[in-house]
Amino acid sequence: MSLYSSRRRINVVATTLCWTGTIFGLAWLVLILGALIYEGARGLSPAVFTEMTPPPGATGGLLNAIAGSLVMTVIGVLLGTPLGMLAGTFMAEYGRYSKLSTVVRFINDILLSAPSIVIGLFVYTVVVAQVGHFSGIAGALALAVLVVPVVVRTTEDMLLLVPLPLREAATALGLPRSHMLMRVAYRAAKSGIVTGVLLAIARVSGETAPLLFTSLNNQFWSTDLNAPVSSLPVVIFQFALSPYKDWQQLAWTGALLVTIAVLLLSITARALSSQGKHK
Amino acid sequence: MALFDFFFHNLTRAAAVLVLVILGGVIFSLVYGSLPAIKAFGFGFLTTESWNPVTEKFGAVAPIYGTLVTSTIAMAIAVPLGLGIAIFLTELCPHALRRPIGVAIELLAGIPSIIYGIWGLFVLAPFLQQHVQPALISLTGDVPVLSSLFAGPPYGIGMLTAGFILAIMVLPFITSISRDVFDTVPPVLKEAASGVGCTTWEVMRYVVIPYTRVGVIGGVMLGLGRALGETMAVTFVIGNAHKVSSSLLAPGTTISATIANEFTEAVGDLYTSALIELGLILFVITFFVLAAARFMLMRIEQKSGA
Repeated sequence: MSLYSSRRRINVVATTLCWTGTIFGLAWLVLILGALIYEGARGLSPAVFTEMTPPPGATGGLLNAIAGSLVMTVIGVLLGTPLGMLAGTFMAEYGRYSKLSTVVRFINDILLSAPSIVIGLFVYTVVVAQVGHFSGIAGALALAVLVVPVVVRTTEDMLLLVPLPLREAATALGLPRSHMLMRVAYRAAKSGIVTGVLLAIARVSGETAPLLFTSLNNQFWSTDLNAPVSSLPVVIFQFALSPYKDWQQLAWTGALLVTIAVLLLSITARALSSQGKHK
Repeated sequence: MALFDFFFHNLTRAAAVLVLVILGGVIFSLVYGSLPAIKAFGFGFLTTESWNPVTEKFGAVAPIYGTLVTSTIAMAIAVPLGLGIAIFLTELCPHALRRPIGVAIELLAGIPSIIYGIWGLFVLAPFLQQHVQPALISLTGDVPVLSSLFAGPPYGIGMLTAGFILAIMVLPFITSISRDVFDTVPPVLKEAASGVGCTTWEVMRYVVIPYTRVGVIGGVMLGLGRALGETMAVTFVIGNAHKVSSSLLAPGTTISATIANEFTEAVGDLYTSALIELGLILFVITFFVLAAARFMLMRIEQKSGA
């Protein structure tokens, strides 16, 4: 009987620890989001969206940083998505059992979790060092390299979920394989692929490290992608580490904006993918 | 139509090959960029501590040491915590709460690294400096080994703080992968163990964890890969000091923090090249960790598929 009660005690201790651990983990989410809202909301004003990043001591906003982030993210996603989708299509459809697919799958998983600062160094050596100056294009390319593995992964996974009879039916009607893919397989996998793209956008919109030495930063409004371009994460980095109170306040506000955008994107992606599952 | 078919097939193949080319390009560019530093310092780069841009003498010991120490702290906190949460989610949690709690933990993974950095610098570090670190220092003052681990003034920022933030960041990866591999255990195994009178904890400890060991280690390695390469969060709170210190409270640096802090200020080819060589070292370390993780996770997937 005493043996049983000691086993029971251990069980109670262990399960209590699991409960506490979970509460502990959730507490961090609450603490971080709470601090972000508390510190960031104080600085929210129309000026944030209409004025440029200020020199120390002056008032200003984040307009050029928001615009730069949007432009580079859009270009990065436009470059990375088609490439990722095509590669994912090859792995799921044409070369499902080929050696090439196995290798690409493995390499893609490595790229998926490779440190993003290394991707920044790659684009720096290949683009910035060759051209001779930092540019928005280099920043967008770095983001594109980060988009590709996410899209490859989800495209392949989603195409593999498309039932074979659907493909067979289309083929039996005389559609060539490429048309079958575009009209049947892509359509069936659409919500999953969109989810992947949203996740990729969420990932790159908060990325800082690869932008530090590709697009650098710019205090002013710039539409020239061949010159340094400002971006929200880099501005947050510089302003937060500065000694000026009003710069730090702008950094918090920028952080709040980035987090809202990223969390909205990932929650939308999640909702889309669970909707697909219920069907 | 047949021509388009042929064209499309080869277009997708080219895209797949391009993924390989990207990784090849990453490796090649890192090696190419670090050639000047490799020529100048040779193997000494890996064994010298001094990092002096003025005299152009560079050694990687301090950043490598900082990377390993902060990742170790992160794993020491995140692995037991992550496994505990995964056990909670698979065995203890009421069904209705399972999804919301799982999603909330995964949201931690979605928060960008720079947010952890700014939070760590302005919220966590001052808190640790005022409340936790002085207590640690006075508590361990008379204990032989611990006193040197927690020595020195409480700066707030430093390797312990960086390790702590990394732990929060890798927690969701370890949790979600452990939960996924726990779900691959056939229910009949768990039922049999419960049937002979095992407690919930004993079922986890003697059936579920041994059965999924390979997958759990894979998940832990994936988290480790993240912790090793994490940049922005660490850059904010590590203090960026190029020295090896026995105290965990002391400022230090990591490979990625060094690159992020110094790259745009680096003047001279040798300085830039030394930083790129640091990137190469980081990439080699994470490559092997991630490759091992993928290999182990692949094995558990095959097991559950069979």
